[in-house]
Amino acid sequence: MPQIFPKWANQLAPKLGLLAVLVGTVAMAGVTYYLTPKYTRVGYQPKQPVAFSHKIHNEQLGIDCRYCHNNVDGSWFSNIPAASTCMNCHSLILKDDPKLALVRESFATGKPIPWVQIHKVPDYVYFNHSVHVNRGISCVHCHGEINQMDEVQHAKPLSMSFCLDCHRAPDQKIRPVDLVTQLDWKGQVDGKQLVHDWKVQPGQSCSTCHR
Amino acid sequence: MFEKIALFFLSLLGSRFKVTVGLFALTVVAVVSVAGFRGSATRRTPIELFPDMDRQPKLRPQTASAFAAFADGRSSRTVPVGTVAQRRGFSENAYWEDNAFNTGKDNGAFVEVGPLPVTAEFLARGQQRFNIYCQPCHGAQADGNGGITKKLGMSTVANLMDPRIIKMNDGEIFNTITHGKATMMGYATQVPPEDRWAIIAYVRALQLSRLGFEADVPAPELAKLKK
Repeated sequence: MPQIFPKWANQLAPKLGLLAVLVGTVAMAGVTYYLTPKYTRVGYQPKQPVAFSHKIHNEQLGIDCRYCHNNVDGSWFSNIPAASTCMNCHSLILKDDPKLALVRESFATGKPIPWVQIHKVPDYVYFNHSVHVNRGISCVHCHGEINQMDEVQHAKPLSMSFCLDCHRAPDQKIRPVDLVTQLDWKGQVDGKQLVHDWKVQPGQSCSTCHR
Repeated sequence: MFEKIALFFLSLLGSRFKVTVGLFALTVVAVVSVAGFRGSATRRTPIELFPDMDRQPKLRPQTASAFAAFADGRSSRTVPVGTVAQRRGFSENAYWEDNAFNTGKDNGAFVEVGPLPVTAEFLARGQQRFNIYCQPCHGAQADGNGGITKKLGMSTVANLMDPRIIKMNDGEIFNTITHGKATMMGYATQVPPEDRWAIIAYVRALQLSRLGFEADVPAPELAKLKK
């Protein structure tokens, strides 16, 4: 009767163990790397119906964020501007440009422009824009350097740990309120002092964000 | 037959272990090349791995809605004709009333001076709002030389230092901000009435800064300026 197991069968167990360790480690690394908003969301840059450039409007022309997102400091929701806001200038500037055809149509008929929403937190997260911008948290902290973007790209993970990092150490991000829309501001400020003076108490309990 | 298959697979772990490791490495390379790296630009809609209750049927502002009662398919309603949106924060909150605060007019005539008390805080608010909404065209000095005006050659921007506007009643300026004038469109949706009055107060301060006389400046301030 021939031997059932060939000689290499002796090494089967250690090799199997080695393989399990190898596969396990790589799989875990893969999960850590990929199954996070740092991978699933960051970099998202959908094609928008109108090629609006934040870089041109904000960086080059110096228009404040709040000219268009005029409810950001008064509402939990930062509004996408109405077509009439675009037409404040574009009724004169580039008024026949084909790139703005959708804007003119929207202004004339009231039909919304189908912008693609990029920054989305889950529906059970109640993020409030106004409390952040009115307490010196800049747009740049969650949206990245929008002022440098011709096309908006999802820059920050907006994951729960992303929120909590700042809620645990707001003095690292806080800045004078009048500099909130200066996305390229690189100055120094005593964050701890501002947190103290404005009585900033970012909650860390579940109900701060989840209701 | 069965033994042969079993042996083949076992041999992948045994005598052909290198082949197995190689195959695994290939798989990893394949996954990485398909999935790419963190943060690289992509048009692909973000993957939501555990949808849980991330996207709920409730309506969020400015999104599409399949709710049958909303024939236009929007989640946010436009303001019905003949109604006035309520705003937060302002104690009066009576935006429908036909008074000077809401219209700039009293019995059909433009009011000379705005209805709100002018304080340092009020002026600061006016300055901030002016720099957001007016400065792009009218310029930080209100002389009609804003960034847009200069760079893109908008030629019809009013110089707010013009005697015509200096002499204009606050109420008429309010009316212009609200409804627009000539090529300027109305700012009623972007700038609520209290901010319009604050902006007017700030514009008046700018005008005064150009028109004032030395004697108008309080002595201690003047001393500082002369240094």
